[in-house]
Amino acid sequence: MTDLITLLTVFVLAIFVGFEVITKVPPTLHTPLMSGSNAISGITVIGALLLAGNADVPELGRVLAFVAVIFATINVVGGFLVTGRMLNMFKRK
Amino acid sequence: MSQQAVNFCYLIAAVLFILDLKWMSHPRTAVRGNRAGALGMLIAIVATLLSGQFEWGYIAGGIAIGGAIGALAALRVKMTSMPELVGLFNGFGGAASVLVAGAALIMASSSLGEPSDRMKIATVLSALIGSVTFFGSYVAFGKLSEFLAVKWKLYPWQKAIKFGFSGLVIASVLAYVVSTGFDAYTIGMLVCAVVIGGILLLKKEAIPGGTALKMAVVVGSLAAGYLVVQNPDDPHAFWLLVMVAGVLGVLLTWSIGGADMPVVIALLNSYSGLAAAATGFVIDNNMLIIAGSLVGASGIILTSIMCKAMNRSLLNVMFSRLGPTADTPDADEVYKNVKSTSADEVAMMLETAQRVSIVPGYGMAVAQAQHAVRDLANLVEEKFGAEVEYAIHPVAGRMPGHMNVLLAEADVSYDKLKEMDEVNGTIETCDVVIVVGANDVVNPVARTDPSSPIAGMPIIDVDKARTVVVIKRSLSPGFAGIPNPLFANDNTLMFFSDAKKAFQELNTAVKET
Repeated sequence: MTDLITLLTVFVLAIFVGFEVITKVPPTLHTPLMSGSNAISGITVIGALLLAGNADVPELGRVLAFVAVIFATINVVGGFLVTGRMLNMFKRK
Repeated sequence: MSQQAVNFCYLIAAVLFILDLKWMSHPRTAVRGNRAGALGMLIAIVATLLSGQFEWGYIAGGIAIGGAIGALAALRVKMTSMPELVGLFNGFGGAASVLVAGAALIMASSSLGEPSDRMKIATVLSALIGSVTFFGSYVAFGKLSEFLAVKWKLYPWQKAIKFGFSGLVIASVLAYVVSTGFDAYTIGMLVCAVVIGGILLLKKEAIPGGTALKMAVVVGSLAAGYLVVQNPDDPHAFWLLVMVAGVLGVLLTWSIGGADMPVVIALLNSYSGLAAAATGFVIDNNMLIIAGSLVGASGIILTSIMCKAMNRSLLNVMFSRLGPTADTPDADEVYKNVKSTSADEVAMMLETAQRVSIVPGYGMAVAQAQHAVRDLANLVEEKFGAEVEYAIHPVAGRMPGHMNVLLAEADVSYDKLKEMDEVNGTIETCDVVIVVGANDVVNPVARTDPSSPIAGMPIIDVDKARTVVVIKRSLSPGFAGIPNPLFANDNTLMFFSDAKKAFQELNTAVKET
């Protein structure tokens, strides 16, 4: 198991990186930013996959993880697609 | 694939996520950014699936079902419904985090030995934030779809969701309680489920004793979290926490509506990321922590931008409502000298104008007037040679950037979408400003009257332009509930009409000029 402090370090540094890059996003793109970051938060799908496919996890746990796979995949697929759809509309004439 | 190789793939995915957000800083690079993010996600998922031996049934089924629903929703949604969709997706993220934490807890307690302290605390955070996000997002979705906290008659589909959701929450908890037996935990769960289901059926936004109730539930959530840490092997404690946090999520969002919606949507966006990060601590996975904290940071920044654009603190948005104060002047008094106008008169003004600004608000979205607005702008540019731009307030609409997406959908070039500060700098040189469906964000009282509920809120200073045309159905107040003296200014003309109809009439009038 990874050291707690290592995970915390990663967490804090990632927050700072997030602040730095996102501060530069213009208001025009705030909606795509939200739907795009929504898609990224679908990363939970990884945790869900690891548990849903693990035969050592009791059945109830695997069922919960299965439902989590569905929710997170909706986020991932829906999020990136709808963001792409929106961004394609932002054009300069 | 070795764990080392998997971790290396996660590193690549993390870099791609950061590039995604970085490239979002300009419309030119944003499409590339979104592809980078999607590629990162694909790499992370494939690496995970190659990392060990799996039973594939649930994996394949879950991805197929979720992928189909997600693709269908994303490709069919109308741009005007984007706030609802984003609200809903936030909720799914929260739900996924709760479920993964729950499954991880079940796995940990089935294997030998007690879960570590870190895992227990992370599980509590994951359940708490995830559940608040899920139930809060459902409320936000329901309010944006106008079937929660409203008095009017609902469409059948709205009724189906409204009663279906409340029924589902109560029925599923009841089924769980009956199958596992009654004790203090399960009765607590049932009480929470009834409270959630009940509040969601209320027809008004005010809850008696709302603030005290919120405080009590915050304390209750912490207590339930403590129980989970003390009894990590007891799934009852975990689900009790989830339900108490659900009550909290409902209460925190229930009384927030209308123009405060962008804040809530941004905040829930942030929570969905933080929930994912907490889940990363539960299952010991760096990838979740990095991606989750990027999203968390993004949501926090948007929340703070939205709050600043209303000159209110987050606590003020969450715990109190805007409304007229004792000092608020009487509407009849303010509106004594209102002048109304017609399409032909406005067309004549546009003929001689050199610079025209259009200020859109939520009313434009409701009327779906964005295409008619664009038609007029193009016509005025081509026929009269005027320069037309759009002045967009940061909180216009129901989510951050709402107006921009609608106008982009209507094929408006993005360099014509101007920010508030940019427009305010040169608003004096504007010949005609057309305000469509906006009210509080152009109310000069914010500048002039320190006792007003919107005092200090940055506004678009349209009153300083040469002429202002306000398209509005009536003189009814905006979200803040106060009259707008702009409507009675000497240089203001009111065009009483539905937004779409008004622009269609204007288009005809301009063509005939």
